[in-house]
This record gives sequence, C-alpha cells and structure tokens, in this order.
Amino acid sequence: MSRLPRTPGQTVGPFFHYGTEWPRMNEVVAPFSPGSVLLEGVVYDGAGEPVPDVMLEIWSADSDGTIPTAPGVIGRDGHTFTGFGRAHTRPDGHYEFWTREPGPVDERAPFYSMAVFARGLLDVLHTRVYLPDDAGLHTSDPFLAKLTDEERATVIATRTAEGSLRHDLRLQGDGETVFIRF
Amino acid sequence: MSTTGESLSTQDEVTAEIGAVQQRYRDDVAAGRQHTVDTLLDFPPYRSSELRHPTKDPHLVDPETIELVSPAFGHWEVAPIEADLTNRHVGGEPQGQRMVVTGRVLDGNGRPVRHQLVELWQANAGGRYIHQRDRHPAPLDPNFTGAGRVITDDEGRYRFTTIKPGAYPWRNHLNAWRPAHIHFSIFGNAFTQRLVTQMYFPDDPLFALDPIYQSIPDQKARDRLIATYDHELTTPEWALGFRWDIVVDGPQATWFEQDGDQA
Repeated sequence: MSRLPRTPGQTVGPFFHYGTEWPRMNEVVAPFSPGSVLLEGVVYDGAGEPVPDVMLEIWSADSDGTIPTAPGVIGRDGHTFTGFGRAHTRPDGHYEFWTREPGPVDERAPFYSMAVFARGLLDVLHTRVYLPDDAGLHTSDPFLAKLTDEERATVIATRTAEGSLRHDLRLQGDGETVFIRF
Repeated sequence: MSTTGESLSTQDEVTAEIGAVQQRYRDDVAAGRQHTVDTLLDFPPYRSSELRHPTKDPHLVDPETIELVSPAFGHWEVAPIEADLTNRHVGGEPQGQRMVVTGRVLDGNGRPVRHQLVELWQANAGGRYIHQRDRHPAPLDPNFTGAGRVITDDEGRYRFTTIKPGAYPWRNHLNAWRPAHIHFSIFGNAFTQRLVTQMYFPDDPLFALDPIYQSIPDQKARDRLIATYDHELTTPEWALGFRWDIVVDGPQATWFEQDGDQA
C-alpha cells in the first residue's frame, strides 16, 4: 500500500564526462553497417546558443519492432543490437548516434525514447524522437494527435539529403521541444 | 557560465532568493496552480538554469512498451575493480578519508532493481575534479580519478570503495561552495525511471546555502539525498561506512493511481 518515496534528481553538473563515458557509447550499431542510420543534431538553450555540456541517451526497439533484451551496452560487440546509446554534445552543441530506425511496436508510431541531462538542467528531461516517414501512423497516434503542428514538429526528426536523421533540441523558448512526463 | 566577479550576487542575496522561490512553489501547490515535483527546473538561484529549463509543462503521456523496460547490462561488462576508486592507479592510494558507500536500488514497491548499472563520479579530497575545465586551484591527486561503476546484484545492492570528496567552490555567486557530494547515475527497471542525482553527507553546514541542493523544495525529499553514517559498516583501522538506498519510481501515472491524494 505505502510506496517508497522517490529519490529526487539533481543536475548532472559540469564534470560528468569522465564519469559517464565508454568506448563507442554512441554507436548502438557499427557506423555504416547495413541498416544503420546516423541520428544527429544540436541542442540549443533559450538564447538560441548551442549547449556544449549535454548528455543525451536514446533507447529504442530494433527495426523489426523487437524490444532489445540483450546486454552489451558497455561491452559492445559490434553486432548485438542493445537499443541504447549515450552521447555527450561537442563544444558546438552537436551530438550524433549511430543506430537503426525503430520499427512499430504494437502497431504504434515508432520513436526513440530520449533522456536529456545537462549542466544547468536540474533534473532529467524525457522526450521522444519520431521518424519522418511514418505520417500515416502519426495521424492516429494518441500523443502526437494532441499536439499542435508546431509542437509536433519538435518531436519528429527530419531526413537529410544524405539519408541521415536530423533532430535538434531546444530546451527553452521559440520552438521549445515538447518534453513528456509519465 | 558566470565566470567574472563583476556582477555576482552575494550569498545572502542567493539565500534570500532560495527562500522566496521555495515559498512561491509551496503557495502555488496549495492554490492548485502547480503540481508537486521533487526538483524545480526553473530555479533562478542556480544561475546556469536560467536558459536551460523548459518554460512549458511536460506533456503527461501513457508510457509505451519501450519506455516500460530498461537496457540490459551484463556483469561481465563491468570489472570488479571499477567499484574501487582507491585502487585504480599503480602509483599508490589517493589522499583523503577512505570510505565505503553501499546501499540498494529499489523501486517504489520496495523491490530490488537487479543487474542494472550504477555509475558515480566525484571530486578528490581537496574538492577538485579531474575534468580539465575545473579551475579550482586545489591540487589534483595523481592517484585519484574519481569515477566508478557497478552492476547491482540480485538484491539490488551496490558497493563502492572511495574517499570522501571535499567541498567544491564554484562561481554561481560570490563565495559559493557546494556541499561535499558524489554524483550518481542510476538505471531502473523502466527507462521512465532513469535517474541522475547527487548523494550528500550528514550535517553539512553548506546545505542551506546551496542552490542545487535547495532546488528540491521539500525538506523530506532533500533528506533522501543524504547518506547515513553506519558504524556497523565501518571497518576498523581501514574505512568509514556510509549507507544510501536509492528509490526509482514511475511512471508517475501509476503512482498517482495508487496515491491519488498526493498529486
């Protein structure tokens, strides 16, 4: 009946890099491997400036909609799809992941679940990154349907000429990314 | 980042701001203008938050399947030595008060979070981080990096051996000092439970002055970030023992269903 109260969150601070990194942590799959995609973008603050000290995490189904259950996030073997990646933004606010495009789970519009941590951000932010080519599924999605056109655009990646996925985050202000709670 | 001294507030000004923001939060909750949160994102006394907090409320969503599970970690992925921050350098042991920090990661029902990743990072005994942008003129310790990780066991337990970090000066305001703390990153049983936080030590005189610790407006919630000194855990002539259990919870919707009056 009585639930244990949650441990509150605190900012990741300025010096998280050395405590939260491992080799190939942003390579959910090997770069340029068959079926791989580059998911990249820039994180901006409320003044439109890139944010150089962000930690981003993505977590998603495989391209056939399978929920990953295999370990190997830290001990990457180059072929097992673990579904999880972590990236630190560069000094110019840019991040990138190599992963696969998730397939629909339960016939719902597929997305990357994304967690955002930063210096100056006092607790985690959750959001979703939907794929640009699933317009049909987006129309019927209960979450996306509730958003305005402007809001919806902040949670759907765009396709670049090279075939990559581009997705910028805006922590505050014009075009502020839609964040979610559960 | 505030790096110049010309326009920095005094501690008294920041302390007054902290009190005012917390009071406004309590008033807004009482008046139904604000739902309860553990940690305020819009917290002006923490200067770096000014342009980095969303201005809109997060959308309440029903979690989907992928959000209700977590990435998997194997014990083989993390070496046992990574839990000992005092034994990572061939040159010898770090300066400082050796200690053991241990506890359990639990969900809101008290069930252990098994086989999940716990990461930590911290300053050295002089309050200096190894990060190259840390300009605090305390010495680096050649025998201390300050990062560790473990995978929780069948009971959700983690255990680290490290040294007590020093208080850390920063430029949020004039004469700003962070209470001694250890950063923790926790994975729960669901991605919605993802947690990054900081563990503090009992009776730190800097608590009332610190805009990061005070960004949690409720004292009982703040208390949950403070480890307990445990003499049973202390090892004679070797190390002090601190115990800190971590509770990850969510989705919040589930929590509200069961404790609707706490919304």
